[in-house]
Amino acid sequence: MMPTIIEICFYAAAAVAVLSTFLVVTGKNPVHALLYLVVSLFAVAMIFFTLGAPFAGALEIIVYAGAIMVLFVFVVMMLNLGEAVVQQEKLWLTPRAWIGPALLSSVLLGLLLYVLVPSDLHMAGATTISPKQVGIVLYGPYLLAVELASMLLLGALVAAYHLGKHE
Amino acid sequence: MSGFLAKLQAWFAPIMAWLEPWLPFIFTALTTLAILLIMVIVAAYMIWLERRLLGLWQDRYGPNRVGPFGLGQVVADMLKIFFKEDWVPSFVDKPTFIIAPVIAMSMMMLGFAVIPLSPTLGVADLNIGVLFFLAIAGLSVYAVMLGGWSSNSKYALLGGIRSTAQTISYEVFMGLALMGVVMQAGSFSLRDIVNAQAGMWNVIPQFLAFLAWVPAALAVTHRTPFDLPEAESELVQGYHTEYSGMKFGMFMVSEYVGIVMVSGLTTTLFFGGWHGPGAEQYPILGLVWFCAKTFLFMCSYILVRAALPRPRYDQIMAAGWKFCLPLTLVNLLLTAAVVLWNSGV
Repeated sequence: MMPTIIEICFYAAAAVAVLSTFLVVTGKNPVHALLYLVVSLFAVAMIFFTLGAPFAGALEIIVYAGAIMVLFVFVVMMLNLGEAVVQQEKLWLTPRAWIGPALLSSVLLGLLLYVLVPSDLHMAGATTISPKQVGIVLYGPYLLAVELASMLLLGALVAAYHLGKHE
Repeated sequence: MSGFLAKLQAWFAPIMAWLEPWLPFIFTALTTLAILLIMVIVAAYMIWLERRLLGLWQDRYGPNRVGPFGLGQVVADMLKIFFKEDWVPSFVDKPTFIIAPVIAMSMMMLGFAVIPLSPTLGVADLNIGVLFFLAIAGLSVYAVMLGGWSSNSKYALLGGIRSTAQTISYEVFMGLALMGVVMQAGSFSLRDIVNAQAGMWNVIPQFLAFLAWVPAALAVTHRTPFDLPEAESELVQGYHTEYSGMKFGMFMVSEYVGIVMVSGLTTTLFFGGWHGPGAEQYPILGLVWFCAKTFLFMCSYILVRAALPRPRYDQIMAAGWKFCLPLTLVNLLLTAAVVLWNSGV
């Protein structure tokens, strides 16, 4: 069976996501590592697009790549990390340091594969979910969750205002 | 003569038959290419337009020596900048230094893809058009930020930091202002938004959103009075202090591409897009209306630069958070109330 264009896009995006995330972990320069994380988020957004959820994909780019990662890069920029940090990172990334995280994540990988095996999953590009459908679901069955999340955000906003206030 | 034409037709027939299934793709690709090319050329000529108009308003000539009306000035400047040494200072972070102007240019060009030019013309018709633009606007921060950081110079870094804070703040209520427009049209697609304005342009029912959109649009393109990232009186040239040659040229042209893009968006979102007298009968007139309106907004950008001084940094932040944000929130509430009232819930 020939893979469709949308399936090729899906696997390409998935490969980019895995590779760029790996480069985030192995990166020595903090800003470069963060930029790879941005690329990884793009790839995840692309995966959302191929699975027929353009709204989720666009929000992934706006919120994560466009706002949260900008703040991350902003803070790292302000810290003025120089050559010393790169040297330090080189020292820290020894083969011994890999053992623990590798073991733990391989357990997670096993679990993920186990969950994925029963293949009653959706095909890539089978359906497209419009923003309107997302909105109707959010303000229908999930209304309580939306309200709770907005209360939490309001609380965070008030706290941030209090912390930033000059007396 | 007719024999020759028939022969030509017979010769082309198999090629046409082979191309038949691909024709829509080829047509789309060609229109896309044409629209992008025209936009970049228009953006380049905006530099000339800006210098001439600023000259006019300041009672001097501006560039008028090269070609008729000085129109050749752009070509001359381009040639000069192409042949300049493309110098990368030794103290910069090379990969990010090189990629920053590329991000600036490509993001601004991508933004134009979702704008419908006429009832039939346009690059892409996404059902998340408005969100696509917001994503592009959010990502264009990286150009300035990386340009500022990778230059490894204090003025560039300060410019980058200012720009990041400014853009993040203004993005918030730019999105909120656009949500009013989206609510009224009931769709994120820019084509639907234009169609919803057939009776009345959005600038009247969404006037509050428009009030917040104008400073946000200026802030996205880093134009006066929101050009603090490159305030030359205090930060040399801000984030592109260390750039030269074509890399600087890309930053420069991307600013003007951004102006063209945001002017086109203002037309689409608030001033009825291609709508205008006679546009229903003759679709080509729709394109003319769109271009005329966009041109007007491009000129108003230049007028703003000629007329307004640059405010202080904290004044810009205060204006954003204390004036524009409440304004857009009130607008959202009002729009929601009106939409609910009209739907009779």
